Amino acid sequence: MSEPAFRHLLDIEDLGDRDGIEEVMRLTDSFVEVSERTIPKVPALRGKTVAWLFYEDSTRTRLSFETAAKRLSADTMNFSVSSSSVKKGESLRDTARTIEAMGIDAIVVRHASAGAPHRIASWVDAAVVNAGDGWHQHPTQALLDTYTLRSRLGDLDGRHVAIIGDIKHSRVARSDVWAFTRMGARVTLVAPPTLLPPSLEGWPVEVSHDLDAVLPTVDAAYLLRMQRERMTEALLPSLREYTACYGLTERRAELLADGAVVMHPGPMNRGVEIAAEVADLPNSLILDQVRNGVAVRMAVLFLLLGSGSDKVPTVRSDG
Amino acid sequence: MTDAPTIVIKGGRVVDPDGSRDADVVIEDGRIAAVGADLSADRTLDAAGCIVAPGLVDLHSHLREPGKEEAETVETGARGAALGGYTAILAMPNTTPAIDSAAVVRQVLELGRDAICDVFSSGAITVDRAGEQLAPMAEMAALGVRIFTDDGTGVQDNRLMRRAMEYAAGLGVTLAQHCEDDALCGGGHMHEGEWSARLGIAGQPAEAEELMVMRDIALARLTGCSIHFQHMSTARSVAMIRDAIAGGLPVTAEATPHHFTLTHADCRGYDPVFKVNPPLRTDADVAAVRAGLADGAIAAIATDHAPHAPETKELPFDQAPPGMLGLETALALALTELDLPIEQVLALLSWQPARIMGVDDLHGSLAEGRAANVCVIDPEATWTVDGEAMASRSRNTPYQGREVRGRVRHTVLHGEPVVVDTEPQR
Repeated sequence: MSEPAFRHLLDIEDLGDRDGIEEVMRLTDSFVEVSERTIPKVPALRGKTVAWLFYEDSTRTRLSFETAAKRLSADTMNFSVSSSSVKKGESLRDTARTIEAMGIDAIVVRHASAGAPHRIASWVDAAVVNAGDGWHQHPTQALLDTYTLRSRLGDLDGRHVAIIGDIKHSRVARSDVWAFTRMGARVTLVAPPTLLPPSLEGWPVEVSHDLDAVLPTVDAAYLLRMQRERMTEALLPSLREYTACYGLTERRAELLADGAVVMHPGPMNRGVEIAAEVADLPNSLILDQVRNGVAVRMAVLFLLLGSGSDKVPTVRSDG
Repeated sequence: MTDAPTIVIKGGRVVDPDGSRDADVVIEDGRIAAVGADLSADRTLDAAGCIVAPGLVDLHSHLREPGKEEAETVETGARGAALGGYTAILAMPNTTPAIDSAAVVRQVLELGRDAICDVFSSGAITVDRAGEQLAPMAEMAALGVRIFTDDGTGVQDNRLMRRAMEYAAGLGVTLAQHCEDDALCGGGHMHEGEWSARLGIAGQPAEAEELMVMRDIALARLTGCSIHFQHMSTARSVAMIRDAIAGGLPVTAEATPHHFTLTHADCRGYDPVFKVNPPLRTDADVAAVRAGLADGAIAAIATDHAPHAPETKELPFDQAPPGMLGLETALALALTELDLPIEQVLALLSWQPARIMGVDDLHGSLAEGRAANVCVIDPEATWTVDGEAMASRSRNTPYQGREVRGRVRHTVLHGEPVVVDTEPQR
């Protein structure tokens, strides 16, 4: 297998067509196997250093990336960015180049501004991984979602996925739409018009405002986190009305076909977009998503920093 | 002054409001002394193969002084202007402090006194451009201010705008509006549409501009005050202005080079050098702006020259300030991109804006006896835009590396050759 065709992972589009995503899926299989070992660690990235540059709070994603890097034996460091330095207008370029000057191989960036990782990638030689940029994308989330869906449903060709909730402000939706459809799935966005992007020109999706009508037709219902501040922006009358129209309540969950699954990127607002009982049903893949997140991120870091994906099947357990 | 050497601009084609003709132009004592065949003088400026036109006039320059001298000064802004063929520029009032009193108007005019381009000052419509209380327009008008604007923001309050227009009508001055409804734009950073949706950036809908254009046309009808629409960017804005002019209302409009050359798709790489207010819009809007320039709905090309220090553009798209450089590229972009005869391009860049600005007594004509404000343009010279080579203190040109056609060879300000063979003379 050849060197990866991409230097950074900034959006799902960086992986090219379906083959690029398939390659990550195959690598993820190997790392899932590594993760199941007694000592889940391989020396694949020994001597490499990965830095976290998180301009936005994140416990889950950072922990997941950190676990992934450590299982690959990479050194990690955390560049904590105070929100005050951002407010002072500190140049993003200065920050990125400072980090790189320390001899970093990869920078994992989370930023409240869409495109911040793209800007950083234009200034540094290190590999840049987008760990979520504003409303734009969160490509490793889309990869772990795709992996999780495939683990349960098999091939995604012709499968129907509904993404439900605040699409407008969701980097998860902006990534999943492209990942799922490139893998052959059909995607329907379900949301009130105020929570859809202002234009869907060029998006390979269908749109519905009627969750009850959509649910019986889907293989997966993907719920997005509903943020409370949307109420103050006149996007919704109330959370109560949102739940009434778009929440996956126990009653609605019964509309799902046998074998259909429920997903959520976390953290969940139980009782808002998803009923507590539904989140814990056997067809909920929410914890599988978290589990697979580590292996997917191992695959991504390995693709960007390893010496070629052909090495993976032979990696030895450390110690 | 009487013993200053006379100058002849020789061998060019003269283009001004009186038409086009092959002629030499003689300058004496800062004025146009003669236009005709085979003239001579003490000093010759070669214009073979060139267009000899009245100096260009910019209705919309952000010179940043006082307050942001690291981005531009009146002196450097005027220098870039002269290199771009301008002999008159209008300083926008969004400085720190804002140009909202006679004192700051005096300061800006004083800073421009020795510059190599005439610097005129606009005045703010409201105190500190805050949109709450009328600024002392009469005391600023007494110093020669003819255009009032809160540019950088529009006057949001309907009643306040009505009163400002009534008051301005009494002074015989023009109000210029930056049309943007703040509530509707709320937090937007680019045109709302296909690309903002893909890129995950909050948008500014075209309607935010159009609502204010619509309101101000209504207020022009109500008050009789003349209103100038700044940097028009949408197809429906252009259509409304066309109709208003046809209806006899005292309405004029300008468009920027970036709004007839770039679109929202240029923001796809998240480079804030493409961030500007109003935002870059769609292909259809670009086509409508071009059509408006062609049929007279839009009477002027204005630069909205907006320098920003490099570090302020080394930020994520939504954190960087809006604005781009324009003075050194406007003429070449108009000649390269607009499919219009050069006479019409120069009308849009020189004598029509001179009339709107109320400086047509000094600029915009090469008639004998007029002030000698001249630019000599090589219309066929091609060159590559390079921010590093610009006179501006900033580098934020969105045209970096673009090949363009048409170059200013000489600029003459009140009879003084301030740019000769593309080099500033002081």
